[in-house]
Amino acid sequence: MESNLITEDKQKNKLEKAFEILKTMASKPSGLIGLTIVLFHVILALISPYIAPYDYKAISPNTMLLAPSAEHWFGTDSLGRDVFTRTILGGRTALTVTFFGSLIALLWGGLLGIFCGLVGGKIDDVVMRVVDAFLSIPWILAMLLIVSLLGTSTEVLIPALGFFYGKGIVRVARAATHDVIAKDFIVSARARGHSNMSIIWNEIIPNVRDAILVEGAMRWSWMLLGFSSLSFLGFGVSPPTPDWGLMISNARGLMSFAYWSVIAPIVGLSSLIIGINLTADAFAKALGIDRSTKAPV
Amino acid sequence: MLLLILKRIGLGLITLFIVSLITFVGVEVLPGDACTTYLEREAYGAALDACIKRLGLDIPAYERYLDWASNVVRGDFGYSLSGEMPINEVLGPRVKNSLVLASVSILIGIPLAIVLGIITALWRDKLPDIMISTITIFSMTIPEFISATLLILIVAIWLGWLPGIVIIPSDATFYELLSNIILPVVAISMIMTAHMARMVRSSVIQVMASDYVQMAILKGVPYWKMVFRHVLPNALLPAINVVALTIAWLLGGVVVTEVVFNYPGLGRLVIESISNRDLPVVQALAIILASIYVGINLIADLMTLMLNPRLKSLQIRK
Repeated sequence: MESNLITEDKQKNKLEKAFEILKTMASKPSGLIGLTIVLFHVILALISPYIAPYDYKAISPNTMLLAPSAEHWFGTDSLGRDVFTRTILGGRTALTVTFFGSLIALLWGGLLGIFCGLVGGKIDDVVMRVVDAFLSIPWILAMLLIVSLLGTSTEVLIPALGFFYGKGIVRVARAATHDVIAKDFIVSARARGHSNMSIIWNEIIPNVRDAILVEGAMRWSWMLLGFSSLSFLGFGVSPPTPDWGLMISNARGLMSFAYWSVIAPIVGLSSLIIGINLTADAFAKALGIDRSTKAPV
Repeated sequence: MLLLILKRIGLGLITLFIVSLITFVGVEVLPGDACTTYLEREAYGAALDACIKRLGLDIPAYERYLDWASNVVRGDFGYSLSGEMPINEVLGPRVKNSLVLASVSILIGIPLAIVLGIITALWRDKLPDIMISTITIFSMTIPEFISATLLILIVAIWLGWLPGIVIIPSDATFYELLSNIILPVVAISMIMTAHMARMVRSSVIQVMASDYVQMAILKGVPYWKMVFRHVLPNALLPAINVVALTIAWLLGGVVVTEVVFNYPGLGRLVIESISNRDLPVVQALAIILASIYVGINLIADLMTLMLNPRLKSLQIRK
């Protein structure tokens, strides 16, 4: 009974803390704008299949390249498909893929980084060399290679993106671990005879979590950028799936007389990326982490 | 000091060695070898045998790696599959074109970033800072292909000032290149400048808060003299490394920008070779791009070492 009370209390504290952080984030205009945009996109992604006025893959020669009107708010594209429908549906794949991709990146990058920071020595040296080597291969080349050999299904894209964007997190997690490793509570946990696993779980993770989460939020926006660049280059999701990157690359050739079909996905994608960036920045500030001096590796 | 420099170079070489292993093993492990991937449905009979012979796929992988690596060290990347010509000949003009594009962008971007960074730091939270910072946030977060597409739409189509895409052969002369790269340069340097300006800004702000700057203010050193003598040298030094990382990261963005503008550089070659499944070229590109990355970082490290007397006597920072 008593232990129950304690866990309940703890949970309440956690919720309160999360609420506190949210409040700090929303207290500045940039954070509030960012949160609003992200929330808007998430809700839109959830409800868009139910509110979409047309079928996103219905091709019709009669409605090709129509200018925006009452029937077609954002006009139609070169195959006669409704741009509004495709735009509000366009964020679904991107959001899902990059969200799960970021989770994977956080998990393996964070755990490997903590592990390396904790054990140090030869293993650490070798792992960091390999991470450095991976960092020096341009992400776009590696992603294109994987995608062209394994295909562009989401089952391939999610782990591939997760793997590739996790390598930077390894460094951050390792540095954060180095910061706490010399502190007294780790030394005393060792003196109490705790195993490495228990030290990682109970002592290190609670202390490096903030830094890793902030990094993960940033990765999310970069991954979104990477994912949509892939789609744009024709190596992302395959048509007729509505996707912003793909829509922009398809409509680009015709934008001299049908600019609406390229503007709508551009607004969708840019606003989401800016929203995630503002949110990540506000999140970092609310947790007291300065990340403006970091390079986007 | 010399030992330190040699150590840095050694670390860079080790990184490149691992990159070569990764690309080689990656191509090896992923399903399909270079020949079946390249020939696709025609991968049978004489065509397949000939291709396997030519690439030496019938000998063990480690021997092939040693062969390939020793050739690469001597500057020979072998033959491309699709063009049936030496990869060096394919690469040559592309490297030159990309170098022109990158160096013009860097030459414009770095000074501009330093000036913008200083302005935003000195007028922190005032109107100039708010205006410039808002623009930099926009231009660094929006993907390259979007800003490039918008540039084409606005400057080339709506205003009609410049041609929207670059239509030049890959062996165009230097002058032809320069007159065609205005929009690509704007697209690339926009993002690069934004990233670097932000770093310079926070670096300057940090130094402005330090004791010796406070001291200089109290001593009555004139404001601008203090900025140029005490703040800038100390603020720009730590920025060098981060700038190097940013430039290297932008290699990916250059690929996309080159595709948008149809610019015949390394970036478009990346896409072309991957679309053609020309794996030998892809491997060569991976090594070259990684070398650029390692090289830029090495130069930045060495510059920091040279410019910072304190580091000369210290060990390598981790």
